[in-house]
Amino acid sequence: MNGAASRAERRAGWLFSAPALIAIGLFFVLPTIASLALSLTDFDIYALADIGNLRFVGLANYSALLSDPLFWTALGNTLWFVALGVPLVVVVALFAAILVNERIVAWRPAWRAVFFAPYVTTLVAAAVVWKYLLHARYGLLNHALGTIGLPPVDWLGDPRWAIPAITLFVVWKSFGYSMLIFLAALQTVPRELDEAARIDGAGWWSRLRHVTLPAIAPAAGLVAVLAVIAMFQLFAEPYVMTEGGPAQSTITVLYLMFDQGFQWWNLGIGAAVAVVLFVCILAAALAPALALRIYRGRSA
Amino acid sequence: MSARIAMTALVAMFAAITLVPLLWMISVSLMQPGEAGQFPPPLVPGDPTLANYRELFASQGMGLFLLNSLLVSTLATMLALVFTLPAGYAFARLRYSGRDATVRALLALLLIPGQIGMLPLFLELKALGLVNSYAGVLVPWLAGIVGIFLVRQYALSIPLDLIEAARIDGASEWRIFRHIVLPIMRPAVATLALFVFLGSWNDFLWPLIVLSDHDLYTLPVALAALGRERAQDIELMMAGSVVTTVPVLILFLALQRQFIGGLLAGSVKG
Repeated sequence: MNGAASRAERRAGWLFSAPALIAIGLFFVLPTIASLALSLTDFDIYALADIGNLRFVGLANYSALLSDPLFWTALGNTLWFVALGVPLVVVVALFAAILVNERIVAWRPAWRAVFFAPYVTTLVAAAVVWKYLLHARYGLLNHALGTIGLPPVDWLGDPRWAIPAITLFVVWKSFGYSMLIFLAALQTVPRELDEAARIDGAGWWSRLRHVTLPAIAPAAGLVAVLAVIAMFQLFAEPYVMTEGGPAQSTITVLYLMFDQGFQWWNLGIGAAVAVVLFVCILAAALAPALALRIYRGRSA
Repeated sequence: MSARIAMTALVAMFAAITLVPLLWMISVSLMQPGEAGQFPPPLVPGDPTLANYRELFASQGMGLFLLNSLLVSTLATMLALVFTLPAGYAFARLRYSGRDATVRALLALLLIPGQIGMLPLFLELKALGLVNSYAGVLVPWLAGIVGIFLVRQYALSIPLDLIEAARIDGASEWRIFRHIVLPIMRPAVATLALFVFLGSWNDFLWPLIVLSDHDLYTLPVALAALGRERAQDIELMMAGSVVTTVPVLILFLALQRQFIGGLLAGSVKG
């Protein structure tokens, strides 16, 4: 039945995949590799005007970055977004998933759609909306705080609050997607196990802790890794809500790349930032698998 | 029964908090200019008006930006389908040497975020004369690896016997793809189209980089630019946000099932 592939089939295989492969090679792989090469040059606005001005500078861009306080600010800010945002996304998404998964809750598909709606909205438009919700004087959030007796906070104008404020927006915007991953994982929790625990007299909380949570732990890991990667890619949020301010407190790594590359036309330095960003994201994506391997190696 | 009501009320409360920003956006977009900048902030318009929308379309060129976005997203969708569908099918169901190695290589590429190569891509497109054109905006959508895997995942469920039978009947590979595979893959085609349309509609960083001509701006780029000029006009900005957001929200609500199913197929199983 599955004989050797005919010549026609082999040819069709390459013909069908060639356009996509060429596009990926030309507009994705080539630029990615070129980023590495570009980061070793002093490509700037003068090289843009005349390629003859281009020089190979080795690791000079990287050492310039390492001694630039703004780079460390951007990296520090990004890590703050990770530290605040990732646990929040995991907790809120898990909470939402458990709620809409409870069989006794009415109209579950409707709630699922509501929680997912922010993920679909246009990032720039939603950021514009939140910029006003977080407004110090007539923002809805401060008004809500006022009604329970709390003082107003200058969310986007105070360097101490700008990152938490933008994180709040990011969590609102994205938790629906992580909720879906948790929902899919919740479908795999063995029902017999849950029933057995129920018969043994385990309450809701105890079943959640000892049956549900262990079963969905891998999904939590996936959600966390995806959230870390997403946090490293923050750009439009600070660009629209704070323009990187106040006092550069919301400049992210990607923002720095955009700024260096397309505002100041220091494409060599911008490319070096891109390479650093890539290393960070790769580390975030591979760290869990690596940690697991080391852990297994030790216990074996 | 009371547990049902209590739990449903808890979910409803959480849902209401989630919806506040979107409802507030629509409400403020209908307020009189200056009305939202008061304390305490009004929740509903005292005297609803469409003045902000009229201002957007009559003086701020929002109609043009809306058309630009529609054009870019439609073209992105069509191009992505043309490039992605045959490839995803070939990677799943055609046997040729080098296929599995290619698939593994593409899987590895999934780890690389698109932003990494943006500066060289800009230089590349500049050399090709595609900067400040829609062709430049569309280029990243041709190379959608996630889309290829979405199609591949779906194509793997097509029985090989069906394809083999068509071959025995003398159908060409192209004919098989066109008349047997594509009709079976209709749900995957719809899902991919939806993803690319929403993705390109919502995209910001790349159009911001490539487009310098104001008349070519897509809605997100135009809205961000407007926000820098008219930050004080809350009601106008909310109307702009409504125009930008509501089309994709309607699309999502109409095709929810397709969307959520596709996301899970692409991210969890794949």
